[in-house]
Amino acid sequence: MSWAETMRAGLDAIRAQRLRSLLTVLGIVIGISSVILTVGLGQGAQRQVQDQIDALGSNLLIVSPGSSTDSSGVRGGFGSASTLTMSDAEAIADPVAVPDAAAVAPTVSTSSSLAAGETNWTTSMVGATSSWPRVRSRELSSGRFLTAEEIASAAPVTVLGADTVAELFSTGSPVGQTVRVEGTTLTVVGVLAESGASSSGASEDDQAVVPLGLAKQLTGSTDTSVSTIYVEATAQDTLGAAYQEVETLLHNLHGVSAEEADFSLATQDSLVATANETNETMTVLLGGIAAISLLVGGIGVMNIMLVSVTERIREIGLRKALGATPAAIRRQFLVEASMLGLAGGLVGVLIGGLGARVLPALIDQPVAISLTATMAAIGTALALGIGFGVYPASRAARLAPIDALRSQ
Amino acid sequence: MSVVTCPDGDPAVHLAGVRKTYRSGTVEFEALRGIDMAIGTGDFVAVIGPSGSGKSTLMNLLGCLDVPTEGTYLLGGEDVSTMSETQLAHVRNRRIGFVFQQFHLLASLPAWRNVELPLVYAGIGRNERRERAVAALERVGLGDRVGNRPGELSGGQQQRVAVARALVTEPDIILADEPTGNLDSESTEAVLGLLGELHDAGRTIVLITHELEVAARAHRQLVIRDGRITSDESIGASR
Repeated sequence: MSWAETMRAGLDAIRAQRLRSLLTVLGIVIGISSVILTVGLGQGAQRQVQDQIDALGSNLLIVSPGSSTDSSGVRGGFGSASTLTMSDAEAIADPVAVPDAAAVAPTVSTSSSLAAGETNWTTSMVGATSSWPRVRSRELSSGRFLTAEEIASAAPVTVLGADTVAELFSTGSPVGQTVRVEGTTLTVVGVLAESGASSSGASEDDQAVVPLGLAKQLTGSTDTSVSTIYVEATAQDTLGAAYQEVETLLHNLHGVSAEEADFSLATQDSLVATANETNETMTVLLGGIAAISLLVGGIGVMNIMLVSVTERIREIGLRKALGATPAAIRRQFLVEASMLGLAGGLVGVLIGGLGARVLPALIDQPVAISLTATMAAIGTALALGIGFGVYPASRAARLAPIDALRSQ
Repeated sequence: MSVVTCPDGDPAVHLAGVRKTYRSGTVEFEALRGIDMAIGTGDFVAVIGPSGSGKSTLMNLLGCLDVPTEGTYLLGGEDVSTMSETQLAHVRNRRIGFVFQQFHLLASLPAWRNVELPLVYAGIGRNERRERAVAALERVGLGDRVGNRPGELSGGQQQRVAVARALVTEPDIILADEPTGNLDSESTEAVLGLLGELHDAGRTIVLITHELEVAARAHRQLVIRDGRITSDESIGASR
């Protein structure tokens, strides 16, 4: 019996028991679609993080106060100390000390409540200097950025993110209008163009940028500490050198050794790597659960195939009487199980793909479907069908034709 | 009984000293206790016996569904008593056409696809299979029922489909095991008439039955009792 004939017989058998075939593959369908979705969610989250970190700016070094990990491995929270100051930022900006830094942007950021007319909105208020748009790769969609004079004099002006504008001003251009923060009235001089990064949590498009000095005054702070110093390296290649230079400089300025550093340095790559580690753990965990459901689905196929062998014992007997060899019977049932597996895989991929389209709208999480994962899922489903079909198939092949024929 | 000689030369079926013993734990049961017989090509033989006589066991051996414990069985000159299961499958496919009491048609397939089934296992191409299946169905008078599923056919028609399936490979012998056991008298008449016609056309037919009326249609009657052949007589116009 040729393969084509065997496949035809398999299709006939599956069609003869439509509902049962459907229920048989349900386990595989659920397993495959959940694998596709979890892997897609994991990869989507990774891509999102990548996008967000890319949107921070290019060739970026991020200096934060507090050490990320002390010598005993205890993690100190970011921003838990105010060990970075304006003078650190000025020192980094010195082209002699850090020749590979192209621009330096110290920032302070706090959460503040803004009011425009009757509308209130809590957003992140960022105190910045004039190099901020360059270092953070931000452009303005209308108006202008803060001028050097405004920054020097801590003038009551602000540049708002696109989402912030949408929350505070329902109509018309906000440029020239005012917002109130902590009793101070600020004039809106510009609006930031959308960063393009998909947003979640603290959005890059929801912030109010003010002169650094003003941010200090508004929060009642009298020292010169800053929250974060962004350093743009001159090029991708010099990022490593800039990292070394900034690290050495700050060690010297703060009089600390590498072990007792009171600041931490990160590059975009290291941020991406850290974020991905967490995501990968989640993906592996969820993928593992999905894989178990696949295993259960495979056992379901075996179960039904065994029932099918018992039920079709007379058909097997007849086929043997008409000249089917044990090998032909084994192949018939194996092909049938593989077809069920493959069909389950294809339907699972279809449902997973559909879910990947629908889910982002529901839970605000991007889902990335990769071709590799899809092919692997289909391959797995096929392998499950074959793997769990072997035992039922060889049982069918071993049946003695007389016993099989005589059974009622 | 002595070995039956056959006027037409080489017998289609030749059994010598065939015994079949079933073991169930420590209990042994001898179903066949030394069968010697020959069936000539073109013969129409009825094997008669009450239940428990060894009739079914003989049918299984003749149909190569089982092998003898002792003795030799030559089918078309080929010794099938020592063959492997795979070899037996090929022999059944090429040399034997079965007609069963319960028809044994696959309910999900139309008549012609039931009939072509042995040709599928013989590795014959699709077009030729369809042609031969349709021809066999025409031969049994069901040329207009080619596409019907078994459920849409009467019992007699289903058995005729089964006869067509037995015919389609041009086997050495057609083995009919109580072919009329599930049929009313009219359908019985139709199926027996068909077997008679096939015999007239030169086919070798072995009919296993416990009904004397049915056996009377054959040209030779073998009576089996307690695992032995107790009577062998030719009736009517033996050829």
